Amino acid sequence: MPKKKSAPDWNYAPAPESSSQVNLAKRYDHFIGGKWTPPSNQSYFTSTNPATGKKIAEVADGSPTDVEAAVKAARAAYKGSWGKMSGRERGKYLYRIARLIQERAREFAIIETLDGGKPIREARDIDIPLAANHFFYHAGWADKLDYAFPNQKTAPLGVAGQIIPWNFPFLMAAWKIAPALATGNTVVLKPAETTPLTALKLAELIADAGLPDGVVNIVTGAGETGAAIVNHGDIDKIAFTGSTAVGKLIQKSLAHTEKRLTLELGGKAANIILDDAPIDQAVEGIVNGIYFNQGHVCCAGSRLFVQENVFDEVMWKLKRRMDSLIVGDPLDKNTDIGAINSKAQLKTIQRYIKAGIKDGGEIYQPSCDLPAKGNWCLPTVFTNVAQSSIIAQEEIFGPVLAVQTFRTVPEVIEKANNTPYGLSAGVWSDKGARLFQLTKSLQAGVVWGNTFNQFDPTSPFGGFKESGYGREGGLHGLAAYLNLEFS
Amino acid sequence: MKSHTKNTPARYIPSSSPPVDQVGIAERAARFTTRSIKDTTKRAGLNMVLNMIDLTTLEGADTPNKVRQLCYKSCHLHDSIPGLPTTAAVCVYPTFVKIARTALGPHSKVNIASVATAFPSGHATLKQKLEETTQAVGDGADEIDMVISRGKFLSGDYNYVFDEIAAVKEACGKARLKVILETGELGTLDNVRRASDIAIHAGGDFIKTSTGKIASAATIPVTLVMLLAIRDHYFKTGEMVGMKPAGGISKSKLALHYLVMVKETLGPEWLDNRWFRFGASSLANDVLMQVAKLESGHYQAAQYFSKD
Repeated sequence: MPKKKSAPDWNYAPAPESSSQVNLAKRYDHFIGGKWTPPSNQSYFTSTNPATGKKIAEVADGSPTDVEAAVKAARAAYKGSWGKMSGRERGKYLYRIARLIQERAREFAIIETLDGGKPIREARDIDIPLAANHFFYHAGWADKLDYAFPNQKTAPLGVAGQIIPWNFPFLMAAWKIAPALATGNTVVLKPAETTPLTALKLAELIADAGLPDGVVNIVTGAGETGAAIVNHGDIDKIAFTGSTAVGKLIQKSLAHTEKRLTLELGGKAANIILDDAPIDQAVEGIVNGIYFNQGHVCCAGSRLFVQENVFDEVMWKLKRRMDSLIVGDPLDKNTDIGAINSKAQLKTIQRYIKAGIKDGGEIYQPSCDLPAKGNWCLPTVFTNVAQSSIIAQEEIFGPVLAVQTFRTVPEVIEKANNTPYGLSAGVWSDKGARLFQLTKSLQAGVVWGNTFNQFDPTSPFGGFKESGYGREGGLHGLAAYLNLEFS
Repeated sequence: MKSHTKNTPARYIPSSSPPVDQVGIAERAARFTTRSIKDTTKRAGLNMVLNMIDLTTLEGADTPNKVRQLCYKSCHLHDSIPGLPTTAAVCVYPTFVKIARTALGPHSKVNIASVATAFPSGHATLKQKLEETTQAVGDGADEIDMVISRGKFLSGDYNYVFDEIAAVKEACGKARLKVILETGELGTLDNVRRASDIAIHAGGDFIKTSTGKIASAATIPVTLVMLLAIRDHYFKTGEMVGMKPAGGISKSKLALHYLVMVKETLGPEWLDNRWFRFGASSLANDVLMQVAKLESGHYQAAQYFSKD
């Protein structure tokens, strides 16, 4: 673009969302059996704001004793009023929760941003509304399970232990709790240790909704608390979203049990741009694919495959688009890329960036002023990346894109599938026939055509290969919380 | 015919226009409207908007006096607020160009734009269109806003459309040419893109969305498609082309969203009335109300602003 500036840059003045209306306690206990319960070992850990490093609140550190209490409460509720309740009545509670989320959407969005570092625009426009949608969608199924699975008897599983990650703390909680409740199960949920606050606020909301005690229990803590849930003898199902490494551990520990298991794990999605694609919109898709939520997305389009004859154009446009991204204060309404969720994750990402450079990749990062404090990572793209390079093989879980080129469709299919993961993929082409030819051949649970990172409660989501198994959302997601028997 | 294209092939090749994905365009367009424009940015933006307006009167009922009033307003937007810019231009029918020139004087900062080529329908012979253009320029127009022949375009006769634009460009001489695509009649965003490419390749200095005479006028998605055509031309040739959305932009907030779109799509270099214009009649007063609000801290009633 022209070097000569004929106008001032017209940079956007700060437009921070006020967090003064947010109601946060200094300390949170476990939510067990409808009551706030202090941790048995009196131990707490802190949740900090990754954008400032400041402490937000103290949160109970769950021990096996706390998990035991939560499972007992969940079992009691399952054997009690919840287990006997008609689907229609359960649906009413879910609708009520959904509406309460909408009413308090602003507060939840701000807390999600404070605790996790994601831009307020995303929390406000995507995470919270989508979470409400999950409750609305599943509320509708609660009294229609016999129609969802015709000619089959449906019965709940019992107590579900649910462990969720830090990238979409509130959305994942909704994603897990809503189908479990719609199908008549009770829940023990553990949010991630860096982002427990919106799940705890959800506990407040659930109490306000008048849900019977013990139907939803929230126990906070780190990996050991999660292990206590996984290994508890009186849990009927484990639903886990997180890393592939932990997913493998969970599967091992459940090998000798009758517990049902669904795993939604890592990914290294291929985003494929064919030469007849609408390039400008594809560039938007690339940006949305990898820089959405700082790249902390299991289905992020972290491997970009560009057909060779449009490579120069795509890269010129992508770099210009990256230049327009605003990195900084997540509470600012104009921020596109917020803070990296934790110091540890920032270190991991930086390690991968170094490895990418060492492997001979050409790095591009826009120049952008970053705040002095907090965890920040500029949007990063690597070109000249080898298929065998570590940044093209391993999940980085950050705003780092690895670009490769290809000449023919069979070549890109082979490269795209040449990964242990298979969660998602994207294909961009103006020609429907080419689109379906390619999408059919990709080993991924979700394949997007001419778009990326679109989520909807009606659409099943889940992986191939080491990205996990089982589906969440849609009818498939309901089935994962039911015993189905042909009648 | 002499070619007026700059570094580009003499004729337009239809397959050279890339496809446009309507869903993707709508998503990107929506993102521009989520930018929050506050404080100094808002004030600077509003000043820019005023300075980018082609203050327009294109009515059958236009009178010489109405045009004189419009010319005065273009240089004196609201004199009780010091430091306001002028508008970029006044936009009138060819028969009023002389009157506007007399009213503004020979060296006015405000340009005179005139619609020509049988505005708004474009149904006239090429000869008539060229005569009208020559007359408007001779009477003192700095800029010509022409309409393309949508009928020819929709029938697939892209070469006719191309040649017509090139001919009008030649008749413009030193005057800058804005090519009105009338996007509301083109049906698809793919057609908008194709018409944009034709207009740019044929020598248009600006591409413009609409006449303002049909219901569907400028929208953010349509303007985005046209800005992307300008950007691709810049990528290929290094030449800048201007953009003018017209019709339907009457509120400051919407105008600021357009500036956001221009800045994030083309870059701040285009945030100048040499490269970006608003075709509007009532936008100026809404912007003035916002400026007065920022200056004084409270809104003033609409009747404090002159309606011309």
